[in-house]
Amino acid sequence: MVCIMTTLPRTTGKKLGLVIDLDTCVGCHACVIACKGWNTENYGAPLSDQDAYGAEPTGTFLNRVHSYEVTPAEGPAQLVHFPKSCLHCEDAPCVTVCPTGASYKRTEDGIVLVNESDCIGCGLCAWACPYGARELDAAAGVMKKCTLCVDRIYNTNLPEEDREPACVRTCPAGARHFGDLSDPDSAVSRLVADRDGADLMPEMGTKPVNKYLPPRPKDTLEAETDILAPFLAPIAEEPRGFFSWLDKTLEKI
Amino acid sequence: MHPAPSVILFTSLSGLGFGLLIWLGLGLPAVSGWVAFAFFAIAYALAVGGLLASTFHLGHPERALKAFTQWRSSWLSREGLCAVIALCLMALYGAGLVFAGERWTVLGWIGAAFSLGTVFTTSMIYSQLKTVPRWNMPITPVLFLSFALGGGALLAGQVAIAKTLLIVTGVVQIAYWLAGDKALAGSGSSMTTATGLTHGTVRAFEPPHTGTNYLLNEFAYVVGRRHSLKLRVIGLVLLSVLPVILLLLPFSHILALVAVVSHIAGVLIVRWLFFAEAEHVVGLYYGVR
Repeated sequence: MVCIMTTLPRTTGKKLGLVIDLDTCVGCHACVIACKGWNTENYGAPLSDQDAYGAEPTGTFLNRVHSYEVTPAEGPAQLVHFPKSCLHCEDAPCVTVCPTGASYKRTEDGIVLVNESDCIGCGLCAWACPYGARELDAAAGVMKKCTLCVDRIYNTNLPEEDREPACVRTCPAGARHFGDLSDPDSAVSRLVADRDGADLMPEMGTKPVNKYLPPRPKDTLEAETDILAPFLAPIAEEPRGFFSWLDKTLEKI
Repeated sequence: MHPAPSVILFTSLSGLGFGLLIWLGLGLPAVSGWVAFAFFAIAYALAVGGLLASTFHLGHPERALKAFTQWRSSWLSREGLCAVIALCLMALYGAGLVFAGERWTVLGWIGAAFSLGTVFTTSMIYSQLKTVPRWNMPITPVLFLSFALGGGALLAGQVAIAKTLLIVTGVVQIAYWLAGDKALAGSGSSMTTATGLTHGTVRAFEPPHTGTNYLLNEFAYVVGRRHSLKLRVIGLVLLSVLPVILLLLPFSHILALVAVVSHIAGVLIVRWLFFAEAEHVVGLYYGVR
């Protein structure tokens, strides 16, 4: 059992994870709040805040939404909202560095979890994670990370439609998708195939399970966007008559 | 990376302590009785003091014993085991020298090997991290081992060996800086690979929250980096150049003491830089290094 805890499973039964659509995300942070709420009120140590109403508030979050400006070689810049949480990597470096075996990857579904009663709070797993998915809770002194809402997805006390991660359930834009990425016919796998879903920092060799769907190319505006446009074009290029006189007079002043 | 005082003290002092134990285990100097007691007391004060300092940054130090269980995969766990084995073996070897007047040579060699192993496993905790390109280099273990061997030889009073090894330490340190300065650019990680946004130039527009967070405090340390060149020169002079000059002068205990103090001050400065200059790739998500 110790051996299973300390090392990564060779294969997992399922690869449960998220597919995040960067084209659809509107950056509302509802997933951030839903995550903080569920994971503070349910499994494990609550996600604490420090100086919450003071000058320098900080706190533990398992999901954070960044915003990036992407400027193409030609055309206008684009704003991309970018939610980021644990990617439940197949080759998770956070698991193998753990000295106590508190960090582990589940054999049955590939979820990466922390056994909080074994965590000594050394922080090395957070150092090993390229994505900033792990945060040491300042109040509890243990490492917190996304559990993929393991206490929701198998929870038969919840109505069936609620048995998905809180961030997915709450997303008003439908930008977050949950499913089994080991099954090529699952809805999430088809999304990844259709939309060229990508890995974050593939050069790190972590083989993330979560995938990101890139923003679709921006529509290009044709010369005529409206059939009425020709009729609405300005008729007089140069002012004539009274306006011509006024223009010249004003120039002279 | 945030230069936590507990980790700087731990790696610096324990490195020196286990470095001294390596030389004592090899019988250099071949001390016995109360002289041996003094040498072993200094080595244990440094090694154990450093290990205790390292527990100060833990969230739950009372569970530290659990860290000995995962030696199959974790360098941190291997380090803990190596340190405890080295300290037990060398305590037995030292007791033989001090109280029984016996030199159990083979036991000393095995203890020296585990002391060397402790320094190596410490260095691998940092060197294994792909997320910190400046540490993820084969020269990182060489750096830690040369510091332990050079500083240990100085503490052990092995003047001839110490002179050579302290020069080697200085050269390895310079090589580490030269390689490290190119490490992040050479790692292949950028905001483009971090975000997967390949259709244009990526700029961090807005961070997730207006305030700071654990990740920024831990990984995006920027204060003081602008003084890094000055600190590099001061650190190098104190840890290598000055002690070597003092060792070249006719031997006196005062000069030797100054050399030791200078070396320790230099080690602390460059170890601070080891952390403060190291860039974690998670900074790319925030547009900071």
